[in-house]
Amino acid sequence: MKLNFEHHQTAHCENGVASNLLINKGLKLSEPMIFGIGSGLFFVYLPFLKVNFAPGFSYRPMPGAIFSKAAKRLGIKIKREKFSNPKDAQLALEKNLENNVPTGLQVGVFNLTYFPEEYKFHFNAHNLVVYGKEDGRFLISDPVMDYTTSLSEAELEKVRYAKGALPPKGHMYYPTHIPENVNLEEAIKKGIKDTCKNMLAPVPLIGVKAMRWVAKSIPKWADKKGTKVTNHYLGQLIRMQEEIGTGGGGFRFIYGAFLQEAAVILKNDELKELSKEITAIGDLWRDFAVDIARVYKNRNSKSNIYQELSKSMLHIADLEEAFYKKLRKAI
Amino acid sequence: MKKQDLPQDESNLKSANMTEVLYVTDENNNYTTANSTGWDIKKAALDESLALINERIEEARQDVANNIASPIVYFMELNKMDLQVLASYAGMWQWRVKRHAKPKVFKTLSESVLKKYADAFGISVDELKNFNGK
Repeated sequence: MKLNFEHHQTAHCENGVASNLLINKGLKLSEPMIFGIGSGLFFVYLPFLKVNFAPGFSYRPMPGAIFSKAAKRLGIKIKREKFSNPKDAQLALEKNLENNVPTGLQVGVFNLTYFPEEYKFHFNAHNLVVYGKEDGRFLISDPVMDYTTSLSEAELEKVRYAKGALPPKGHMYYPTHIPENVNLEEAIKKGIKDTCKNMLAPVPLIGVKAMRWVAKSIPKWADKKGTKVTNHYLGQLIRMQEEIGTGGGGFRFIYGAFLQEAAVILKNDELKELSKEITAIGDLWRDFAVDIARVYKNRNSKSNIYQELSKSMLHIADLEEAFYKKLRKAI
Repeated sequence: MKKQDLPQDESNLKSANMTEVLYVTDENNNYTTANSTGWDIKKAALDESLALINERIEEARQDVANNIASPIVYFMELNKMDLQVLASYAGMWQWRVKRHAKPKVFKTLSESVLKKYADAFGISVDELKNFNGK
């Protein structure tokens, strides 16, 4: 059985699944729209939580938050289910397919057979859509892939029951109700306001303030922990920033695309200018990644190099702060 | 980023015949999407992280060979796990796993406990028991 489902490759798995599921239900919303309305732009620094032997940085909100927020603001109802028994999880999924419902799943990446070996980490908040079952294999639309794939029953069970941080526990979700008339203008405004609120939050762990904290920590790591550890931390920062499914530069560009669409819908030219501004900031994030990579290519570099990285990150934080302040006023 | 500036470097995506989508601007500064085969900068970060993992695996292997650590430590590193991930796959408390990482304690483990670890690593109990790091 194969449901009528169109696979679109996207930049980020969660927006991608959301956008693909909604298009399937007749609501045409682009990936950037979901991302913007769901307030996908974020920054959090958790220095005490060690991920992959480095402090936790994240350029994204908690997994699931983007789709949940977007759905709430658009008046869409999503049904989410988890199962303690893997057999029940499979039965529920199959029942959905029989009822012609393409279904979103949260899965772990480590055992995803079609992923390149180097990308298999114990990261449990990846998203994909199951849109059918043929010859005992589930048909998979993974939004970060160019093409659709399939997984055997055992393979799918393994990724749905991945363990460790944020275990999916068979988590599946699908939209159950989409309003006839979606109030896009209101939803866009809510999404933008929420993003500005988070990024300008007066607490050190999130938003622009957290970026500054990380920036100021870079030279301190170098002093206290030495070059090797510091370079590993910085490598982690790039991976969090530019790798599939997360995003510094990449996310700024999606946001730029969102603001460009929003400018037309809200008939607000200022948003178009701000789209250009966040694009330029995205370019700076990418330059920052280049600078970091340069540091660990020339191992015996000058001692002030970490100071300079710190300065460029502080500079980006300043630009972002100004950007969110303008954005808040613009709507 | 402009569409023409999008890097098309060779990366680890190639092995799976994948590309990635990025949002870029066209000649009129309008947003569009484009596919990229990879970016050297990201590859460098990923390679660094993998090199670190390999270093840890090698260190664990030597520790097992020198009877400082039990095979559990080696296979944990080999599967890119940490204590938290392994404990949840094996269904045990972290402090218990930590204890089993000692060669002396490991030797006393029952078949059923060993089976839990072997399943978590996707190997047989014999493979786990007989690994000596040499």
